[in-house]
Amino acid sequence: MSATLSTTPTTDSAVSHGSTPGRPLLQVDDLKKHFPLRGGLLGGVTGHVYAVDGVSFEIAKGETLSLVGESGCGKSTVGKAVLRLFDITSGQVVLDGTRIDTLPNSSLKPMRRRVQVVFQDPFSSLNPRMRVRDILAEPIRNFGLAKDRADLDRRLNEVMDTVRLPRDAITRWPHEFSGGQRQRIGIARALAAEPDLIICDEAVSALDVSVKAQIVNLLQDLQRKLGLALLFISHDLAIVEHMTHRVAVMYLGKIVEVAPRRSLFAAPRHPYTQALLSAVPVPQPGAARKRIVLQGDVPSPINPPSGCRFHTRCPYVFDRCRVEEPLLKLALPAHTAACHLNDLPPEQNPLIRDGTPLH
Amino acid sequence: MPEAPLLEVDNLQTHFRTPDGINRAVDGLSFHVNAGETVAIVGESGCGKSVTSMSILRLLPEPPGKIAGAIRFQGRDLLKLSDKEMRGIRGNDISMIFQEPMTSLNPVLTVGRQIGETLRLHQGLSKAQAEAKAVEMLKLVGIPAPERRVKEYPHQLSGGMRQRVMIAMALACNPKLLIADEPTTALDVTIQAQILDLMRDLKHRVGAAIVLITHDLGVVAEVAERVIVMYAGRKVEEAPVRELFANPKHPYTQGLLGAVPKLGSSLTGEETRLAEIPGLVPSLKQRIDYCVFAGRCPKATDLCRKVDPALEAKAPNHTAACHYAEKELMAA
Repeated sequence: MSATLSTTPTTDSAVSHGSTPGRPLLQVDDLKKHFPLRGGLLGGVTGHVYAVDGVSFEIAKGETLSLVGESGCGKSTVGKAVLRLFDITSGQVVLDGTRIDTLPNSSLKPMRRRVQVVFQDPFSSLNPRMRVRDILAEPIRNFGLAKDRADLDRRLNEVMDTVRLPRDAITRWPHEFSGGQRQRIGIARALAAEPDLIICDEAVSALDVSVKAQIVNLLQDLQRKLGLALLFISHDLAIVEHMTHRVAVMYLGKIVEVAPRRSLFAAPRHPYTQALLSAVPVPQPGAARKRIVLQGDVPSPINPPSGCRFHTRCPYVFDRCRVEEPLLKLALPAHTAACHLNDLPPEQNPLIRDGTPLH
Repeated sequence: MPEAPLLEVDNLQTHFRTPDGINRAVDGLSFHVNAGETVAIVGESGCGKSVTSMSILRLLPEPPGKIAGAIRFQGRDLLKLSDKEMRGIRGNDISMIFQEPMTSLNPVLTVGRQIGETLRLHQGLSKAQAEAKAVEMLKLVGIPAPERRVKEYPHQLSGGMRQRVMIAMALACNPKLLIADEPTTALDVTIQAQILDLMRDLKHRVGAAIVLITHDLGVVAEVAERVIVMYAGRKVEEAPVRELFANPKHPYTQGLLGAVPKLGSSLTGEETRLAEIPGLVPSLKQRIDYCVFAGRCPKATDLCRKVDPALEAKAPNHTAACHYAEKELMAA
């Protein structure tokens, strides 16, 4: 299996860069977001939640990057920082060559059009007092995309067709739709702004199995047709594997591994990624799998462990992990991981020696 | 047939009166659970799987709910018992684990009190005895430092630990049947793996039968021995777990299995599209006297839109409600 990794898999990394060759669409450098904790008699700052603590990645035009990890690892905070729903603590976010984290609000608006979002809960993310038509027309009007009334109608029809909702449903209210249909409306709203990047924050997690498949297929079709880049934030590894180009695994505010899809699932080089993969229940009764069951819970991001943040739960922990923080290093072509074990020669590295959980 | 099943649900009908008609949440469901067996009920939102579990314990408000049929537990029909008799069964012979461990624990009582409550009520233990047993139960479900944890409140515990407390509480009185309604849905995968391991381990040690309600086919494959697939309030298929995954007969089950991507899919090099089940679940407020799945089924014909297919054996121990599911030759 690993022999296939040295050749460049066509679906995993070969992604065309549109107008600006070589420049990623989105580049995030050493992003940090620390939320202050207030308490005490005078309500002073008593500490910080280190939600995102030094995260860097990039997304090419037309590419899907998935951000995976468990609750509280900071993956949604990264998404919100890219959307600039709050100011970041430090680092920078660069969209197509323009730094957007420091941009004043007045010049931010055209950039906002280019990055849209689809949220997890299709019930609370649509305004119940707005008809579908108004929900979808809002971004078109806001960003001044329609020339006139006829153009607006044409755009609305087009976006309804794209998400495969009947055109006449546009006069209805959100509560008249099922969960899957609402998620289609959420996607249509994101598309109406003609973005380059859509952030899908657990966009299919709340949906039922059969509906989830519909939405996943829709997102894949849209990406192919419109050349959209996706930042797909999810905890569902099977869905991620099905639809992504690259994966970044987060643990406690940091990225611990980034790799093209096939490389990550075939040869994970971080013990957390291995444990995560081995923990996913597989719909195949009696499948013989080596399960790595992690002990304990994720530590608090208010007081993260020293050295490697995963050392409190890592089955391979040794002295160096407690004091020295591992950096993301190249472990395989285009595949980086932050683990001291990867400094060992391959025959001594248990991450390679013990094989991977999916084999 | 060696002995009578532990639980026998016979033609269960749980209907709710609503302002715009009767909602037939569960409509003619029959199944059984043998002692020590793990049976999974799978289906999507609104298929009636949770209503079934609530009906077994009679936890539904009546009215607007109305439960008909028979639910025989160790030969006694639970639907005919008085409220007092029912209270003697809940938490004692049959107990339940819910999905959301934060909302199903009492936030103002220590976990020790909550585990001890069932013991004091059902087994008449003193306060001190109950607390000692609570520590023992916490140890059983793998909570570190149980002597300290027993005095803590739910908010001081993580999600995984709360679910362990729920399990400890459910098992405190050595129930013969444990109903687990989406016990790991709210948990992260690494914590889910811990809880599934715990449930498997405890099943061997405690020997309780489990009814596992879930929508996650991965969890079903790992834990269940027999599977019941529900759709729109009815059972559409039932089979032993390996048989069901290897050889699904009902188009709905086939659709469900095709709609889940499998981990490792990128390694085989095949780019596949997920199978979609088109359309929506039918409204349960209209009486459907034909196949409930006909509206979404790729194989549906006029026969399906007229005649309700009966559940029939399609292979040994394998039943499905479909006119067109192939029948296998069965040894006489």
